Amino acid sequence: MKMLLKGGRVVDPASSRDGEFDVLIQDGKIARIGKSLPVDGADVFEVKSGWIVAPGLIDIHVHLREPGQEHKETIATGTASAIAGGFTAVACMPNTDPVNDHPGVTELILRKAAEAGLARVYPIGAVSIGSRGDQMAELGAQKAAGCVAFSDDGRPVASALLMRRALEYAGMLGMPIVDHCEDPSLKGDGVAHEGFHAARLGLRGIPGVAESIMVERDIALAELTGGPYHVCHMSARQSLRAVRDAKARGTTNVSCEVAPHHFVLTDESLEAPIRYDTNVKMNPPLREAADRDAMLEGIADGTVDVIATDHAPHHADEKLVEFDRAPFGIVGLETCVPLVFDRLVHAGRLGVVRAIALLSTNPARVFRLAGGSLAEGVAADITILSPDAPITIRAKALKSKSKNTPFDGWQMKGAVVATIVGGKMVYRNEAL
Amino acid sequence: MLKSRHLLGIADLEPDEIGLILETAGAMTEIAARPIKKVPTLRGRTVVNLFFEPSTRTRTSFEVAEKRLSADTLSIAVAQSSVTKGETLLDTVRNLEAMAPDMIVIRHPSSGAPHLLARLCRSAIINAGDGMHEHPTQALLDAFTIREHKGCIDGLKIAIVGDLLHSRVLRSNVQLLNKMGAHVWACGPATLMPADLPRFGVRPTTSIDEAVADADVVMMLRIQHERMHGHFIPSTREYFTLFGLTPERVARAKPDVVIMHPGPMNRGVEIDSDVADGPYSVILEQVTNGVAVRMAVLYLLAGQEAVTD
Repeated sequence: MKMLLKGGRVVDPASSRDGEFDVLIQDGKIARIGKSLPVDGADVFEVKSGWIVAPGLIDIHVHLREPGQEHKETIATGTASAIAGGFTAVACMPNTDPVNDHPGVTELILRKAAEAGLARVYPIGAVSIGSRGDQMAELGAQKAAGCVAFSDDGRPVASALLMRRALEYAGMLGMPIVDHCEDPSLKGDGVAHEGFHAARLGLRGIPGVAESIMVERDIALAELTGGPYHVCHMSARQSLRAVRDAKARGTTNVSCEVAPHHFVLTDESLEAPIRYDTNVKMNPPLREAADRDAMLEGIADGTVDVIATDHAPHHADEKLVEFDRAPFGIVGLETCVPLVFDRLVHAGRLGVVRAIALLSTNPARVFRLAGGSLAEGVAADITILSPDAPITIRAKALKSKSKNTPFDGWQMKGAVVATIVGGKMVYRNEAL
Repeated sequence: MLKSRHLLGIADLEPDEIGLILETAGAMTEIAARPIKKVPTLRGRTVVNLFFEPSTRTRTSFEVAEKRLSADTLSIAVAQSSVTKGETLLDTVRNLEAMAPDMIVIRHPSSGAPHLLARLCRSAIINAGDGMHEHPTQALLDAFTIREHKGCIDGLKIAIVGDLLHSRVLRSNVQLLNKMGAHVWACGPATLMPADLPRFGVRPTTSIDEAVADADVVMMLRIQHERMHGHFIPSTREYFTLFGLTPERVARAKPDVVIMHPGPMNRGVEIDSDVADGPYSVILEQVTNGVAVRMAVLYLLAGQEAVTD
């Protein structure tokens, strides 16, 4: 089984490769990268001029909902969504039912992912049993079962002592702690960013500092312990400043991610085009313009390591309720590439190489995953992109089981052409 | 003519629409003065009052208004409804709609609940108070009462004092009074002020003395006892000391000041009984006017519906 990707621009930030090359795939691996490689019996895939051959995109923050919430998403539908969005691998959060705090759950997830045979799935284990914040889960057993990081996502690690111990213990295992930063008392029963728009609509607010206070605490503990630490779905300008300051003073074990909705939308979306649209309700909430601009700056200046979607599917019935009763979250896997290209690359904020780094190279580095590079001999996880292709987001057409997106009907430039996992083309956009 | 077939909030009303509602309410007050307080305007129309929060004043006021217009009315309170059985708001309303009502008056603890229904249901929706968002008929009856006493609203200094953060009465009143040209001062503890309050178009202050100085109208808002639990205020006693409306503070206002309160009042917490029952108080007039204003709203929306459907 040989496949030759013929032509196109190969962009691999890990090796600083950026130019016109052919890529030969053999036995699931990248066999050769070079100019005008001979066909030699391989299936030829013509990469058109202007298309980009990139290392497979990796989303380190998704909710696959299985086990326990299969009405929202399953591992099969979630990974179908992933490959349609150009992601060859995803890391899935442990807030399933039951919570993934045990190797039995990790094994189930990995078995279901293998059965689906689409994207690679890397489970994230819970920091604490039941993500309740009381007792540390068996992180060593979870690492052995296949977890790649630990998080109580959906909830913060509220106890500073547990956070400290988790950083020390996971650090011993060489694994990152990934925190959903939110001071529970400041968050209260808030449902939207505390600012003018929530105030006018009478929605209870969550201030940006509810996030940044915990980011600051976590950075202090990361510096104390030396354990690798990663900030989830960062949204507040104060949090970004905290990470930037930490990096500036030489702290190397702190990283962070931003979700596309936080660099594209603001809390103005609470009022228009649809007032109280539950598809703009997420946690952390859409913040004000100054925060959105800070995320854009952080992406441009390198403070932000990773773009991750926080793909959070919910059933339509669950979202079709009063705003304050709706669950937090939107689907993100299939809207990420268009948003990154349209709003960052074409907007002149980010070069293609940096965009690929944020979506592939860096997520692999932060979670210490295989992948994220196009080197001879590595598994052939490859995403082919057409940065200039026009695309219209259609919620109904999403592969995810859930359709909760605020980007329905958006017209953008930047599409996924094909997704290759382990040398097999698992997704091909027939429109291109 | 009103532009919308729903009344969701003051935010959606133009000044001339507000004027029309107030003029119509003026005509409606005459009906209450008759020996037979009933006109056939809404005969054959069905209005459902759907109250998901306890309410005496507003619900009764709507019921009286509907009955005086000869509508068939149906009042549903949350305790007896199927919501307690896990039904969604939308399903509840769609089931009611299967019985073909013309209008639904809704009071709901969630901000935006009437907007959800207006987007997805058939009936005309009247917002009778949604969470901390709007209470448009309250603001309209307040404006009606102010106009009765002051002739107009333009140019008046109006102080709104109390729990600004949680108040839908504040949000509706500020928008209405601004549209009609008043100078609105908003006064309350720093802990109970909404974010970005100046962008609401008010002068914010934490000094009640400053707020009521030379005021034409002082509107007091209810302070809920539960607020002590969210660390908003240390005690109702301290609240009264700093923000309670006393006769001494009323003396700082214009000599012909009117004192308003949307009810229910906490005597001795936000307002001294001597003020509540005193000569400047128009609190019971507000209740009387509420019926006329709600009759006007029902009448105008019913006519609206007939034209558009």
